[in-house]
Amino acid sequence: MIEGILIGLETALSLKNILMVMMGCFFGTIIGMLPGLGPMTAIALMIPITYGFEPATGLILMAGVYYGAVFGGSTSSILINAPGVPGTVATSFDGYPMAQQGKAGKALAIAAYSSFAGGTLAAIFLLFAAPSLSKVSLAFRSPDYFALMVLGLTAVSAFSAKGQFLKAMMMVILGLMLASVGQDSLSDITRFTFGNINLLDGISFVLVVMATFAMSEALTIILKGKDPSRATQQISLSKLGSIRLDKEERNKMLKSIPRSSVIGFLVGVLPGAGATIASFLAYGVERNFVSDEEKQKFGKGSVHGLAAPETANNAACSGAFVPLLTLGIPGSGTTAVMLGALLGFGIQPGPRLYMTHPEIFWSVIMSMYIGMVILLILNLPLIPYIARILAVPKNFLIPLILFFSVTGIYLMSFNNFDIFLMIGIAVVATFLRLYKFPMPPLILAFVLGGLMEENLRRSLLISDGSFEFLWDRPLTAIILTLTITIISWQVYKSFKK
Amino acid sequence: MRISTVKIISLLFFILSAFYLYTAHQIRVFSFDEDAPFNAKTFPIYLGYLGMFLSALYIILPERTSTEVNHKVLDYKSSLFLVLITIVYGFIILKAGFFLSTSLFLFLSYYFLGERRWIWMFILSFPFVALFMFLLHGILDIYLRDPFLKMLGIIG
Repeated sequence: MIEGILIGLETALSLKNILMVMMGCFFGTIIGMLPGLGPMTAIALMIPITYGFEPATGLILMAGVYYGAVFGGSTSSILINAPGVPGTVATSFDGYPMAQQGKAGKALAIAAYSSFAGGTLAAIFLLFAAPSLSKVSLAFRSPDYFALMVLGLTAVSAFSAKGQFLKAMMMVILGLMLASVGQDSLSDITRFTFGNINLLDGISFVLVVMATFAMSEALTIILKGKDPSRATQQISLSKLGSIRLDKEERNKMLKSIPRSSVIGFLVGVLPGAGATIASFLAYGVERNFVSDEEKQKFGKGSVHGLAAPETANNAACSGAFVPLLTLGIPGSGTTAVMLGALLGFGIQPGPRLYMTHPEIFWSVIMSMYIGMVILLILNLPLIPYIARILAVPKNFLIPLILFFSVTGIYLMSFNNFDIFLMIGIAVVATFLRLYKFPMPPLILAFVLGGLMEENLRRSLLISDGSFEFLWDRPLTAIILTLTITIISWQVYKSFKK
Repeated sequence: MRISTVKIISLLFFILSAFYLYTAHQIRVFSFDEDAPFNAKTFPIYLGYLGMFLSALYIILPERTSTEVNHKVLDYKSSLFLVLITIVYGFIILKAGFFLSTSLFLFLSYYFLGERRWIWMFILSFPFVALFMFLLHGILDIYLRDPFLKMLGIIG
């Protein structure tokens, strides 16, 4: 292995490859900040550029773009509550409130440090555990995945504000209902389209997230503009852009990083789970680890609440390389695009990749680490300037948020039906938010809806329609027991009051 | 007896779930799939029942935390205007093209939100959109249909 690491370092540290990582991180950050253009698009845009390169160089460039785009997505989540990719939705829960309190620079710095730490720790895990973890990822079957998703949805509802469990569960159902619109993945039968061809492909994630977060946030700010309790504070530019963390903030961040890295990496290893579930899970777990006083700060600008999902989503990005490099199974959409690029270079990822192309396997792993360092070096000095976006007066900022939301959707479909649908969902979401219906459970349910149905379908077909699959496998039974415990705890808490 | 708005929302959710359940039952599956353990309508049917159950639970159970909103302090007029202007933007984006419709949308939104710094309003609409279009069209090679700029001969 030492030999492999040295080969990887030699390849990754060549001047050309370092330049590629830098370029990748820079362009990735810019593309990731534009709503609607996530890491997948960013990497896809790079594929034609990499054709003339050596495979290792091409992959190093793409890895840089990947991390840059994830960080760029976090920036738009924190500053304007517009998560362009599912993996950064959980970042906005505490990142955006923190930015609203005039600590945008700090929030971006915490995101940068946590991403760096999460990615670095995950790269180390990847170095040592990739071959053995690939076997673990194969141990998960459809019933386990289904149970894991039920657990994720229940947990995110249970961790919403006090006394809101039922509201959150209703939002979960609404999210699953929205996800069921369009063609059924197996039979191609259309559902809930009411004859509208624009709905055949279903509703896009970016549309739902822009409507429920960015657009509805913009409408809420305007709606509550006259509310004296929300009088906007004048925040100095130096405070807004400051990236200095005090000792307490550093300690909080340092506590969250190790556990969220482990969660993020392990979830990232599971094919199909990816950065979204990892970040939500890390957020929920973190809330359970902190003191009662700290728990109250979640959703209102908690350092733990920001550091945990940011660490986990980057760790999951590294984890997603385990099934890709060792089994040839892409764990996420982004790694699927990378698989396409690998095949384009004439490389077949799989268990023999170590032997046939050790320089590629190890240089990708080493360049991940180098990419993290470069991302941090490139982005930290820029944070004070990026954070000043929030100093833009409301009269300019709100229309610009609406512009980015609409453009994000328009760039994906080039039709105006999606714009109208987004406006409709945003209006409903704004009304629901006024009455404290939480949006994160809806988003997670929407993301997981298709996968959940797919896994339930497979489980039921294998067990011939019997629900015994729920307790047949020990792993499924353990996960479901955890789910039942969470629900029972919520019921107990409500009766205790 | 006063019914809280959240309970009314839950009632609406109950009706929505019932309608969803009804529509789920109407989904036409292939005849060979009709008696399969799982077909295209199985999951939606579960969702419909679950939605009705949860909303009914919220309606029946007593509310422990009240969530009332003071409507007097809410600025419905400006919000409604922004929604309307975004709808109009959605209508004209295909006809007038991205550049003109977006620039006008931004300029008018700034104006109706009370902004009067004309130079900034102009910079953050027409030149800003031009720059954004250059980034997408010129650098990232993402094609944006624009009949207006095409008519002027700026893009192909």
